[in-house]
Amino acid sequence: MEHHSLPDKKGHFGAFGGKFVPETLMPALKELEEAYSEAKEDKDFHKRLEKYLADYAGRPTPLYFAERLTKSLAGAKIYLKREDLAHTGAHKINNTLGQVLLAKRMGKKRIIAETGAGQHGVATATAAAVLGLPCRVYMGDEDIRRQRLNVFRMELLGAEVIPVSSGSCTLKDAINETIRDWVTNVRTTYYVLGSVVGPHPYPMMVRDFQSVIGKETKEQILLKEKRVPDYLVACVGGGSNSLGLFYPFLEDAVQLIGVEAGGLDLSEDKHGATLARGSIGILHGAKSYLLQDKYGQISLTHSVAAGLDYPGVGPEHSHLKKIGRAKYVTVNDREALKAFQTLSELEGIIPALESAHAIAYLSKLVPELDKDKIVVVNLSGRGDKDVEQVSGIVDSG
Amino acid sequence: MNRIKKKFKELKKEGKKAFISFITAGDPDFTTSKALVLELEKRGADIIELGVPFSDPLAEGPVIQKSSQRALEKGTSLPKILSLVGELRQETEIPIVLMGYYNPIFKFGEREFIERASGAGVDGLIIVDLPPEEAHFLLKESKKNNLVLILLLTPVSSEDRIKLVCQKSQGFIYCVAYTGITGDEKREDKNLRDLVTKVHSLTSTPVGIGFGISSPSEARKTASLAEAVIVGSAIVKKIEKHQGSKTLVEKVGVFAESLIRAVKE
Repeated sequence: MEHHSLPDKKGHFGAFGGKFVPETLMPALKELEEAYSEAKEDKDFHKRLEKYLADYAGRPTPLYFAERLTKSLAGAKIYLKREDLAHTGAHKINNTLGQVLLAKRMGKKRIIAETGAGQHGVATATAAAVLGLPCRVYMGDEDIRRQRLNVFRMELLGAEVIPVSSGSCTLKDAINETIRDWVTNVRTTYYVLGSVVGPHPYPMMVRDFQSVIGKETKEQILLKEKRVPDYLVACVGGGSNSLGLFYPFLEDAVQLIGVEAGGLDLSEDKHGATLARGSIGILHGAKSYLLQDKYGQISLTHSVAAGLDYPGVGPEHSHLKKIGRAKYVTVNDREALKAFQTLSELEGIIPALESAHAIAYLSKLVPELDKDKIVVVNLSGRGDKDVEQVSGIVDSG
Repeated sequence: MNRIKKKFKELKKEGKKAFISFITAGDPDFTTSKALVLELEKRGADIIELGVPFSDPLAEGPVIQKSSQRALEKGTSLPKILSLVGELRQETEIPIVLMGYYNPIFKFGEREFIERASGAGVDGLIIVDLPPEEAHFLLKESKKNNLVLILLLTPVSSEDRIKLVCQKSQGFIYCVAYTGITGDEKREDKNLRDLVTKVHSLTSTPVGIGFGISSPSEARKTASLAEAVIVGSAIVKKIEKHQGSKTLVEKVGVFAESLIRAVKE
C-alpha cells in the first residue's frame, strides 16, 4: 500500500491509530472528521490558511546552510530548517492556525489546548487571539515551573492557564485534563491538540498542517542542491515536527531519523524514548508505542526537554518504525545540553532543548558520512524559553 | 445463564429496579474491598462494578482519580483483581462487572484476560475508552465465555450510534447522564430522557443510568427513567472520607442503603 493513502477510514496506520475514547467524544470526533475533510477540499480555507502562514507567521521559513557546524563535524553538509524563525518561535504555529481556523469554520465558541514545553500553548493562544476566540490552556505543574516564561506569554496573549497537579504533572496529565474539559463542554468547545497523537482524525490532521515544513524543505533543497537530501533528522516527542518534515519525503530515497529523549538513563527508565524502548498499547485515544509497566500502567518519563517528556508517540511514527521506513535513536540530557551550547557558539542560534536533541545526534551521524552527502535537521524551535532552565543546570554543575 | 442477565430478569418479574454500586478494587485495600462488596450486597445492591484502576483515567472526576491513585499505590493490578473476584465467588453470587480502561486489558492479552476473568467469576466488562468500532474481538470473545461487554451511550450520541450500541451492547446499556466526567453533581442534561426513550424503543436490553447520582432523591428520579441506577463517585467519596476508620464498611453500607431504598420504592 502506498503510504500516502494512510490512515484508512477508521484512522488506522497499519496496526496503529484508531479512536479509543469515551463515548461522549465519538460524535465530536465524527463532526471534526467531516469538517476537516470539507475544509480540505475548500480553496478558500486553504487561501486563508496560506495567507496567515505567510503574512502572519512568516512562512516560508529559511533553509540555512550551517557552514561552521558542517566544518566542525567534518562530514556531510548540514542544513537547518529554521522553524525557530516562525512566529512564536516554533513549528507549533503551523498547526494551531490551521486548527483554530477550522474551529471558526465549525462555529465553535471556545478553544482549549494542552501544553508541555508551553510552545503549543503559546501558539494556540496566539492563533486564538488573532482569530478572536477565548482560549484555555492546561499545563502540568512541573512544566509550569520549568517553563515560566511561556506561562507569562500565554497570559499576555489573553489565554487562561490552568495548572494540572495530577500524575507526573507534565504533558500527559495536561492532555488528560484537556480531554476532561472537552468531554464536559463538547458541544461548544474545540480541542486544539498539539501533536500527531490522540484519536483519529488528529494524527492525520496535525500531520497535514505540519507538512508545510517538508514541502518547503523539498523546494528549497532542490533549488540549492538540485537534489533531495540523504538524511532528514528531527526530534520526536509526540512527533509533529518530525512527521511534518518527513511526510513529503516518504516516497523519496531519503533516510529518516527521529531522535527521542534518552533522558537521564535509558536503563533506569528515566527517559522519554517511546519508540526505542516502549511496547504497544493504548493511550490518549490511539494505539501506538507507549512507555508502560507490565500491568499496562503508564510510566513516568523524564527529559530535560519538557516537549519530549511524554510516554506516548504518534501512531504514524509507530507504523513507520514497524515497516522500517524511519529509524529512531536516542540522545540523552547531557548530550542535548552540550548541543544547545555548541549550536549557540558556532552558529549564533540558540535552539530549543527539544531541537537540541536532533542537533546532538549530528555528532554521531555526520562524521561518518562523505562530504557530498546532505543532511537536513529540523530546528523546530528557538531556545529562549530554555535559557533560564539551562543556566540553572549549568550553575549547579 | 449470565448472572447479570439473570438478575435483570428476576427484577423485571418483581417489577423492581436495579441498584448498581461502583467501588475501586484495592481502595483502600483488598480486604476492605472484599468486605465492602459483601456489605453492599447485604444492604441490597444488585450488581457490583469493580473499578480497575488506571494511571490515566481520562473520563473520571477527581474523586475516582484519587481513588484509582490510592489503589495503584497499594499495588493493585488486574491479576490481583481477578484473584479478589475468585475469593468473592467463594461467598457470593452477586453479579460482578469490571470497569476500567482498555490498556491494562490489552497489555494482559485480550483472549487470556477474557478466559481468566470468566474463570474467576466475572460477569461483565465496561471499558470506558473502547467504543464498539474497536471492540469486535472482545464482543466476540465475551459471548463465547459467558461474559457481557456493556457499551455506553451519552446525551450527545447520534441516532446511528444509538442504533449501533443498542444492537451490540450485552447485558445492559450504560447511559451516561450528562456530557462530562464522573462525579459531577448537579449536572442535568435535558437530552437524557429522550436518549433513554429512544433506547427503550429500539431494544429490550435494560438501561442503566450513571454519573453524578449522589442523593436518594436523584436515585429515585433516575429509577423512574431506567431499569438500573448506577452510583460510583458518591460511594467512593464515603470510602475516602472514612479511610482508616474501623467503621468504614458500615458507614458506606448505611449510605448505600439510603440510595437503595430510594431506588426500590
